[in-house]
Amino acid sequence: MCVPAILFFIVFAYLPMPGLYLAFIKYNYTDGIFKSPFVGFDNFRFLVMTGDLWRLTLNTVLYNLAFILLGNVLQIVVAVFLNELRIKWFKKVSQTLMFLPHFISAVLIGLIAYNVLSYDYGLLNGILTSLGMEPVKTYSNAGIWPFIIVLTYLWQSTGYGSIIYFASIMSLDNEVIEASEIDGANALQRIRHIVLPWLKPTFIILLLFSLGGVLRGNFGLFFNLVGANNTALYATTDIIETYVFRALMTNFNFSIGSAVSLYQSIFGFIVVITANWLVKRFSPENSLF
Amino acid sequence: MDDALESRSIRTDLSGLVVKIVGYLFIGLFSLCCLLPFLLVLGTSFTSESAIKKFGFNFWPREFSTFSYKIVFENPDLIVGSYLVTIAITVVGTSIGLFLVAMTGYALQRQDFEYRNGISFFIYFTTLFTGGLVPFYLLVTQYLDLKDNYLAVLLPGLLSPFLIIMMKAFVKSIPHAITESAKIDGAGDFTIFIRLILPMTTPALATIGLFIALGYWNEWYNAMLFLSPDMKYRPLQLFLYNVITSADFVRNSAAASNVQLRDVPLESMKMATAIVATGPVILFYPFVQRYFIKGITVGAVKG
Repeated sequence: MCVPAILFFIVFAYLPMPGLYLAFIKYNYTDGIFKSPFVGFDNFRFLVMTGDLWRLTLNTVLYNLAFILLGNVLQIVVAVFLNELRIKWFKKVSQTLMFLPHFISAVLIGLIAYNVLSYDYGLLNGILTSLGMEPVKTYSNAGIWPFIIVLTYLWQSTGYGSIIYFASIMSLDNEVIEASEIDGANALQRIRHIVLPWLKPTFIILLLFSLGGVLRGNFGLFFNLVGANNTALYATTDIIETYVFRALMTNFNFSIGSAVSLYQSIFGFIVVITANWLVKRFSPENSLF
Repeated sequence: MDDALESRSIRTDLSGLVVKIVGYLFIGLFSLCCLLPFLLVLGTSFTSESAIKKFGFNFWPREFSTFSYKIVFENPDLIVGSYLVTIAITVVGTSIGLFLVAMTGYALQRQDFEYRNGISFFIYFTTLFTGGLVPFYLLVTQYLDLKDNYLAVLLPGLLSPFLIIMMKAFVKSIPHAITESAKIDGAGDFTIFIRLILPMTTPALATIGLFIALGYWNEWYNAMLFLSPDMKYRPLQLFLYNVITSADFVRNSAAASNVQLRDVPLESMKMATAIVATGPVILFYPFVQRYFIKGITVGAVKG
């Protein structure tokens, strides 16, 4: 019964792995993978010399840390507040609205960002000029993109991510809440001393799991927000995934692309093992292996 | 004594009130932020191009116009074709994928299956270490020879470790005794799976099916990698991507209308296309939302 699944993962996940050999050759199309000249670590040397590898690592990791930390905090805030609300229809409608951004494609998110940020017609500049301020050239100003990307990410994922925390609060024993009320705890004290400590294990585990993916980038988000070839913004918006994509589709430099992927996979693997070791120490039943 | 009680109950009420007020404000504002961008796209799609040029994008059309929709619907060929491609890929992919995910998840949850831990790890490992994009691209284009073939979009989305783990978590709630007693009655594994397990896990199947379907519906990445512009009909989101990023593409797709090329309302057509491409999902979504919530809460706890 598992045969189709095993075949699937062999073909689409395991077969490409040896292809990382590309990272050690100077690939050219006529010779193919096995006849192209072997160059050892030259591709990696090139990536280090140009400073690309450092820049990509820094961007990818910093974005992910911002996503993970701010994302989880905001998700907890949303879940805790939702739990305090009493009006049924309001809860239902707001939950529905907050999940919505997660269900649309990255392409549409790119269009929405363009709607807000476009220099000529964007809503932002419309507001700025009507207030008598100068319009901003967002798409050529690298400095503000970290904010735009992080905000967009939070906009897209907070509602969806808060589900886990909300479900966790729901599983909190009602008797504990009632007991605290009898003891005279007010709403703030209840949140601070009961609800938040209850969420702590979930928070730590989710944090550690996400840390495992700290070198993985959200290609769709970056590619559609920044655009396929907006070189002006690479300094602050280029991550591993977008770089590899360009290496493949624009520059046809298969070896450089593979070198970056190999580096990403190996480091990512080390990070996951470390994160899992931390989970094990914190809560053995939740560790992966 | 009375005073102390009195003041305490007032204080309690006050903090509860503050939390509630802040909560309603915060959740209300955030919900609004999640809705407004959609209204911005919708409003702009009904705005005349000249008003956009003058006033920019806005929630409320300053000059109401359905011109861009008219052009989109006068040249239905491309968008209808893209729709059909996406619907076909979604239906076929979801049916096959769901069956495979369910079967795999069930088998890996069977306590009498001795290789289940090994295979589980074999599947899980693929999330830890990947070959990356380049070898994957070469595999699909050169070794599987699927360039410009819809299968290049269909096949990679069939199974995901995340959904198999989710299925395992769902099946966990079915007592193993049911499988055992059916086995004693002489039923084979496939019979048990199809006749007993599938009917018992309908909510799980709905949830997982929706996850797969959403993935196919929003799929544009593999389509962009493997389906070249030589193909006339490509998935809907890729069509939308082309409309957004290429003015020439929009002009060409409007070629059948009797519109001068320079009069094609480029900006509002982007929005109109986005609305036509996304509308159905948004209308459909409130009805299926609870399944996604169920899936996330079950799948979050490791299966």
